[in-house]
Amino acid sequence: MAWLQSVDLVSLASATLIAATPLVLAALGGVMSERSGVVNIALEGIMLTSAFVGFAIAYVAHNLALGMLASILSGMLIAALHAVLSIEFLVDQIVSGMVINILAVGITGVFYQSLLQQGVKGPGTLPIWKIPVLGSIPVIGPIFFQNGMVTYLMLVLVIVVHLVLFNTVWGLRTRACGEHPLAAETAGVNVKIVRYVNVVASGALGGLGGAYFSIQQVGQFLPNMTGGRGFIALAAMIFGKWTPLGAFGASLLFAGSDALGARLQYLGVRVPIQFLGMLPYVLTIVVVAGAMGRAIAPAAVGRPYRKS
Amino acid sequence: MHALLGENGAGKTTLMNVVYGLTHADEGEIRFDGRPVQVGGPLDAIRLGIGMVHQHFMLIPPLTVAENVVLGHETAERGVMDLQRARRDVSELAARYGLEVDPGARVADLSVGIQQRVEILKALYRGARLLVLDEPTAVLTPPEAERLFEVVHQLTGSGSAVIFITHKLAEVMAVADRITVMRRGNVVATTSPAESSPPELARLMVGRPVLLRVEKGAAHPGEPVLEVEQLTVEDDRHQAAVDGVSLEVRAGEIVGVAGVEGNGQDHLIEAILGLRHAREGRILLGARDITHDGTRRVLMAGVGHIPADRHSMGVIADLTVADNLVLSDYDRPPFARGIVRQLAAVLEHAKRVIRAFDIRAESPEQPLASLSGGNQQKVVVARELDSDPRLLVASQPTRGVDVGSIEFIHQQLVRRRDAGMAVLLVSSELDEILSLSDRVAVMYRGRVVAVLEGDQIDSDRIGLLMAGAAA
Amino acid sequence: MNGTLARSLSGRFLLPLFSVLLGLVAGAVAILLVGANPLDAYTALFQGAFTNRNGFTETLVATIPYVFLGLSVLIGFRAGLFNIGGQGQLLLGGIFSAFIGYRVAGLPAVLHVPLALLAGMLGGFLWGAIPGILKARTGAHEVITTIMLNYIAAGLLDFLVNRGPMSDPHRAIPQTPAILHSASLPIIVPGSRLHLGLFLAILAVPVIWFLLERTTIGFRIRVVGLNAEAARASGMSVAGTMVTVMGISGAVAGLAGAVEVLGVSGVLTPSLASGLAFDAIAVALLAGGNPIAILPSALLFGALRSGSSFMQLQTQVSTDLISVVQAAVIVFVAAPMLVRFIFRLRAGRAAPVSITKGGLGQTPPEEGVA
Repeated sequence: MAWLQSVDLVSLASATLIAATPLVLAALGGVMSERSGVVNIALEGIMLTSAFVGFAIAYVAHNLALGMLASILSGMLIAALHAVLSIEFLVDQIVSGMVINILAVGITGVFYQSLLQQGVKGPGTLPIWKIPVLGSIPVIGPIFFQNGMVTYLMLVLVIVVHLVLFNTVWGLRTRACGEHPLAAETAGVNVKIVRYVNVVASGALGGLGGAYFSIQQVGQFLPNMTGGRGFIALAAMIFGKWTPLGAFGASLLFAGSDALGARLQYLGVRVPIQFLGMLPYVLTIVVVAGAMGRAIAPAAVGRPYRKS
Repeated sequence: MHALLGENGAGKTTLMNVVYGLTHADEGEIRFDGRPVQVGGPLDAIRLGIGMVHQHFMLIPPLTVAENVVLGHETAERGVMDLQRARRDVSELAARYGLEVDPGARVADLSVGIQQRVEILKALYRGARLLVLDEPTAVLTPPEAERLFEVVHQLTGSGSAVIFITHKLAEVMAVADRITVMRRGNVVATTSPAESSPPELARLMVGRPVLLRVEKGAAHPGEPVLEVEQLTVEDDRHQAAVDGVSLEVRAGEIVGVAGVEGNGQDHLIEAILGLRHAREGRILLGARDITHDGTRRVLMAGVGHIPADRHSMGVIADLTVADNLVLSDYDRPPFARGIVRQLAAVLEHAKRVIRAFDIRAESPEQPLASLSGGNQQKVVVARELDSDPRLLVASQPTRGVDVGSIEFIHQQLVRRRDAGMAVLLVSSELDEILSLSDRVAVMYRGRVVAVLEGDQIDSDRIGLLMAGAAA
Repeated sequence: MNGTLARSLSGRFLLPLFSVLLGLVAGAVAILLVGANPLDAYTALFQGAFTNRNGFTETLVATIPYVFLGLSVLIGFRAGLFNIGGQGQLLLGGIFSAFIGYRVAGLPAVLHVPLALLAGMLGGFLWGAIPGILKARTGAHEVITTIMLNYIAAGLLDFLVNRGPMSDPHRAIPQTPAILHSASLPIIVPGSRLHLGLFLAILAVPVIWFLLERTTIGFRIRVVGLNAEAARASGMSVAGTMVTVMGISGAVAGLAGAVEVLGVSGVLTPSLASGLAFDAIAVALLAGGNPIAILPSALLFGALRSGSSFMQLQTQVSTDLISVVQAAVIVFVAAPMLVRFIFRLRAGRAAPVSITKGGLGQTPPEEGVA
């Protein structure tokens, strides 16, 4: 396995972490939403639209930070739409999510065509920040502490979401709503509000994920630049058994296999890259079919809750 | 400790639901601490100091005991929960009332008895002074029930009031301070164990049987058609819902299974029909062992089934009456040739059956949902009887049916019995059992506690047996 | 015609019509927002779809796959299953049919074409049966498994056709060798791209209608979709029905792929019929569970798709606009009508229940001895 030595592991790890950023963020969003009982497959559409909005604002205002903020806000708005459709109007949550995905492709396509000419240059991309001291540690430094803002936020958010979900009042109530909304209601929790807030929060996370594409990595918006990563993020959420840390690990696994595949191909190793690319999807099917322990979603997720 | 005693459907749970704010009363008033109160919802009840432990627990399985108890009333420092404090509080509370429980344990891992303790703790944590327990021993084993009584004793000892809803005479006699008996939505009597006795209570609960008797000659039973031997069937919680039941139904007789719902009758029927797996024992249809046969095989072998809940199992509301009538035979001649359905034959069949069973429907092609409840049930009965089964398993066959249709269905059952059909009738309506059965088996806690025939069939006696008192 | 029938028909027409109109309004709003004139845009759209030279034939070409794909989704809906895997099933259909199409030489067209089409149906059937079996045996949610299989199919196709075993060694771009003439679907309107697939599509509708309304298989499908419990209590195999439904649904989607390869492109490329399957969900929802209604619904979306390129040419409004219209149509259809549709899918329950039983994890397979 001589080729293994030629693969620069540090650069591989670093690339993995970066590539995992949107996956983790969208997966975290999925976790929050589903834990409260609402299926959110609109994350792909949310990321795409937020990538567009973020870039558009950054371009107009010549300010990347504002662009990031705009991404987050747009994510929240779109998620609110999903919430209203599925919680208030009892539209099937999957249908509502798909509508948003279709709409996202449509709206970004139309606006991109008409408002932004191809190749318009925005105010560049986010700078790589090297954290003093920590960034100089060999191996760990380059991987963790020399990154763009979105990636840093992602690392922080994994911990934050974990703490929120398992150590706060809010997290407890959220989990209750996702498992047994009737019991939560009788205990005095307002299930509707909890679900609304969680879905909007998932939109914020997805929106930040969108910022990764246009603001941190590429520096402009390209049609369909999210490339289905919103769905891989869902897979990561399921693979991670609906926990933030699990989602983080699963995202790393998926992004890593992708990065590894690219490097192997570059080295001329005869592994069909497509099969490596399929890995996340195959793994997800395996997980959902319960071959690795029951993939039990929060018990009440997907079902609209009606107050009696 | 005030016991609220009555049969299924007597109104006990509904009454307490009103007190707890889950349902609203049309008339009357509630007084708490001497003052009239309005209970708009559970939160109001909790504020007044009323707590309720339902039959179906309102617990969240993946969460811990402490989390479940404090949900909604958490102590937190700026949103961050103090789990240590919660656990301590729960432990203290538990110790005070003798309700041993591990606050850090996941509710899903706990036994039902312990889960119930958590529910009680929930109510106490919110400061309940009146605790309503709805059929608490329905899900407990005898030793767990004993523990529960000790807990209740502790609670009443420290000044709380407890209302204990039950249909079990034995418990009431052993544990209650006062007893209120309800029947058909009315309070029939208020008494105490000292002033009453089991037979007296049973009579109050069950009342005099309404004379809904059907014209019935003597039975002439033939060979056994259904034989159930030492059958054990587990429920979804892997506890024995049917515990070593042996039963026999012969051709030309109606065997009624009396019992309060939830004592294993449903699981027994599901096992016979192949809808549920039998862990031990055998089921024989004539000479054939059908213990492990799938539903389709069982039905094809000549078994008809009138399910207890026609909405979930018996009919498809959106299909036409005609389609519903061929639900089990749709793919056999004359209703189908190969894979092509013969709709004309289906229609003819429907017209014939509608006439024969006097089903009030404008046309066989109207959706079943447009028929009245009684007529919908007639469709189910008609379908099952029309295929002329050797054995008919009928569960709550006249539930939600008007009097006229009840009479009709009963007459049909007797007529078929006379023609040689074997009928296994399960009903929680004692009147129905008494009026139709040639022999009566009483089920209690998954076992057949008695099989009565002839003169032995007596409503008081059966009522006692149904309620768990010794024969 | 008795009263109830007339009433339900009018309800059935008005609601979809209304939704389409609202969808077009939503599209108009988007057009305004990018500074174009909705009237100009829609006029161009109409011209592109109908009146331009070859406009109508192109519309029909675009309609053909929508008919198959719409039927595919609809079959799933009738059984209470959400088959989003049309894209993957279509690709597998394309792969299988292309293989027969370019590899098997020396057969007369009258044999070669049906063989290739059947191969396509087989491919789609397999790709649909997999999630069906997974759902029946492990409770794995079909939405997730089908989406995953879509991606896997895309990867598989890329592997096969991009310097892989099925790629044409004489070409630089990723594609299979050309489909042999004996396997191609003949053009029926000279000078256009309209091929025999049109007749197949039109035929498919009554066939599926017959299957659902007049056969025992269709009866079982409908019963399971309306009330799985009652189905089981009547002795039907719910698990078996699920596999059958997903298989048939996949086969029809596979046929869409086969028809595109054999009739339109003449080769198999990685971009086969891209994006059509998602649109087809809208086609099926708009048709409201009625196979006959798939025809007008598919025609509408076919017209939108084929007219949009002319619209983009004339008014600079991106072809992506049709996605906006589609999404809006789905929402308006889905909010009141889907709820009603679902009422009928899950009869006997008071509250509207989603098609998705529970979340994206496993729903435990139902108990029973069978």
